[in-house]
Amino acid sequence: MDSIDLVFFSDHKGRPSNPLLDQLPSYQSLLYHKKQSLSSSTKRRGSVRGHFGSLTSGKWISAKMDERSSSSQQLIREQPKTMEEKRRAKEQHVAQDQDLHGWIHWHVHACRIFKRVKVDSLEVLSALVLFRGDIRVIEGMFGTGILSYFSFLRFLVLLNFVMFLLMFGFVIFPIAVAPHASGNITYSQADGSECTDYPSSSRRGLVVFHQYITDLLSGTGFLEQTYLFYGYYKVEAINFHKCTYNIPLAYLLVTIAYLFLSLIWIVKRSAVGFKRSLIQDEDRFQSFCNKVFAGWDFCITNENAARLKRRSLLYELKTDLEEERIKQKIAERTRYEKFRIYILRIVLNLFVIAVLAGCFYSIYRATIYSAQNEQKTNFILDLIIEYLPSIVITLGNFITPLIFSVIIQFEDYSAAFEIRFTLMRCVFMRLASIAVLLLSLWSQITSCSIDDCPCGYNHKLYPCWESRVGQEMYKLMIFDFLIIGAVTVFVEFPRKIIVNHFNCGLAKLWGQQEFSIPQNVLEIVYGQTICWIGTFYCPLLPAITTIKYCIVFYIKKVSLTNNCRPATRPFRASSSNFFFLVVLLIGLALACIPVTVSIAQISCSQACGPFTNYTTSWEVIPHTVSQIPHGLRALFYALSSEAFAVSFFVVTCLAMFYIIALAGAHKRVISQLREQLAMEGRDKHFLIQKLCQAQKSARCRDMPSKSLMVREQTSSYINPNHDHAGMFLAQSGADTATHV
Amino acid sequence: MGGAASQLPKEMVSEYQELTFLTKQEILLAHKRFSELQDRDSLSSRVPMEKILTMPELKSNPFRRRICHVFSTSEPNDGSLTFEDFLDLLSAFSDSATLEIKSHYAFRIFDFDDDGTLDAGDLEKLVNCLTGDTDETRLNPEEMRQLIKNILEESDIDKDGTVNLSEFQHVISRSPDFVSSFKIVL
Repeated sequence: MDSIDLVFFSDHKGRPSNPLLDQLPSYQSLLYHKKQSLSSSTKRRGSVRGHFGSLTSGKWISAKMDERSSSSQQLIREQPKTMEEKRRAKEQHVAQDQDLHGWIHWHVHACRIFKRVKVDSLEVLSALVLFRGDIRVIEGMFGTGILSYFSFLRFLVLLNFVMFLLMFGFVIFPIAVAPHASGNITYSQADGSECTDYPSSSRRGLVVFHQYITDLLSGTGFLEQTYLFYGYYKVEAINFHKCTYNIPLAYLLVTIAYLFLSLIWIVKRSAVGFKRSLIQDEDRFQSFCNKVFAGWDFCITNENAARLKRRSLLYELKTDLEEERIKQKIAERTRYEKFRIYILRIVLNLFVIAVLAGCFYSIYRATIYSAQNEQKTNFILDLIIEYLPSIVITLGNFITPLIFSVIIQFEDYSAAFEIRFTLMRCVFMRLASIAVLLLSLWSQITSCSIDDCPCGYNHKLYPCWESRVGQEMYKLMIFDFLIIGAVTVFVEFPRKIIVNHFNCGLAKLWGQQEFSIPQNVLEIVYGQTICWIGTFYCPLLPAITTIKYCIVFYIKKVSLTNNCRPATRPFRASSSNFFFLVVLLIGLALACIPVTVSIAQISCSQACGPFTNYTTSWEVIPHTVSQIPHGLRALFYALSSEAFAVSFFVVTCLAMFYIIALAGAHKRVISQLREQLAMEGRDKHFLIQKLCQAQKSARCRDMPSKSLMVREQTSSYINPNHDHAGMFLAQSGADTATHV
Repeated sequence: MGGAASQLPKEMVSEYQELTFLTKQEILLAHKRFSELQDRDSLSSRVPMEKILTMPELKSNPFRRRICHVFSTSEPNDGSLTFEDFLDLLSAFSDSATLEIKSHYAFRIFDFDDDGTLDAGDLEKLVNCLTGDTDETRLNPEEMRQLIKNILEESDIDKDGTVNLSEFQHVISRSPDFVSSFKIVL
């Protein structure tokens, strides 16, 4: 180290001219950048900036020329040089291009113009990206952790919009347009049995105004017989001139399509994060480097956010250092202490389960009560009864996280695990409450008072049970939205005013609202799960969700900039992105279960909806398959046979084993290479020590020669006790490193 | 600012577009912001470091002085920037700059004594910059020693007691947050 300090104060300037010095590994790594940009620019060009590298055409000459022009340009840009040097390099290239003869010259020129047009048009296109400006502002003020929440929200807006387009394009649009396009709509016929009796729920006569509000909020009355709900789609087929459009089939396929689309889109988005988290798990020893070298978020411009970031970095570093000590402590725990902690954890977990069970039971009671209670007493009471399940669920979601965060403090886990564990409990609470609601609805729908159940469901209480489920989801969605808005306006805003204007101790203690990313993500994942479940029963739900998330985006932005402060313990952008998507995937899996069960198992209602002619919705598929030509039909049968399933399973397993083996091999190679690197380093040390000794003995003999100079320089690079030659070398090395 | 006289010529803009990772709008915005800081209306005039540091984008950045020193081309290095230095800065911190260029400049910013390697002294200064350099925010000597030992254990592959550029780039390439956080948005 001393030699470097020594070097720093010396003002020698010069370059190492000796070939032996140039071969030193440390000097080589200083030159690393220069070499790399020369040798591998073509390879890198394709991977790093794909859209610029994709210009190569088939002809060899154009490919070659393109390589030349674009690699030179890439090169210039990618060199860490000052503008002056870059300009000179570019002029050199231009001069070289001038030597080329006519056509090639023209081609290079054309390529350059084409590229410029392309860059400009990309710029114009990027201006169209949703919420681009807002996201940039947020990024600039609060850094990448909070940004990841907002880009997640934007992703959900897009997903819901595409889901809406699917539903609209294949189901709603054909029905809406059929009368105008000489299409003939065939409605399914009621055969007069009791199952097909569907009393109209729209109010007759003079309707009090507030009834409309109730209807609008709960999806009953005039809203029930609109495009909003399943029951309205009582269309069997649309006959155009030559072909018929099978609405039931389209309805079912769109449902399957939107679930698959969501799955693929989420998996594709999370693939990157998954890879990263795998690498991070493997590289457990990189945590300190990540925090120190990539710790500062250069996007932060807000003074307050910068202070918080500093504090959180300090906190993280301190806790990480302490974690090692805690690990030591855990290892040293006595048997009695261990016993005490485990007992405590078991008791607290039992308590958590009891709290959850209490919540679920109250949701169940509320659902049944709200379904059976029909008396019309007064407007407000009606509305509350109508909304009772939603209110109970929201209350549960509001209170249980508070309880969990108190409980976790007594359980004595490590800090990182504490946060994750609380979150998992909250996720479970949120999603399980939807499951309980659906289960209680399901038990209501399928239970018949007496043993006869002619329609397969409780047709007296629910003549069109799908619409009923749709209404329930619609209510949850609306209520969730109202709560988000109300919390911002009636809780966060007054809290901020109180904290800012009253300087007393209590208000200070309370502090400003923290913008906690995990809780907010849970909130929108919950909404998305409802949307996935509800889209089958309420086809316009994705449209409502899209609008809802757009508004939520702006509400959250305003509340973040005005009311909240960022959380003291921030989320890292990379890990959190992956975490969001995992929670979303859990939500999707949960949403798939009720939709699949209701499509395949429960008899669909006979009084409404597109599937009145079938016992279950799924029957449309076998029915359609039986009508298509023989060859195709055989193919479908083959695809659904056991033989195909078994062979498919075997092939998948084989592929998986191959990839696992490959990963294992890579891992071993990496560890071998790492060992080799450390070995080389040791070798280098050893050799330089040998050189030192040789130099000492040479000096003893006092034979000044040119070759000796080399040794002196080399040895003093690591050994500070020698003469100025060392400064000369290290200084020149540093010089080249910083000014290449 | 923004008047007809201070407009960038079109050829210059397209040249800058070729030489940096910035888009046309970003270059024009950078020019507008830079000419607000300038006294005289000429591209080659330097703006002293103290004035650059008043920009809100840099004001709360603990590395602001190092950034100016690294990107300054003045002789002797006083941290003052010309417009082109400023564009270089923005280009390295832009969205589309490669990991390689970002890590190169990050290395130079973190290399407080400009000697081409990150040694224990550099790391200590770096950590103090991150946590804030006051008595109550600093790590105590014991913790600092432990932390530096851990960092070197993780990143110093050839075990020579310092982190050099290629080791640094190796570590950075495995750090997923770096590219997204090493960014300055005007």
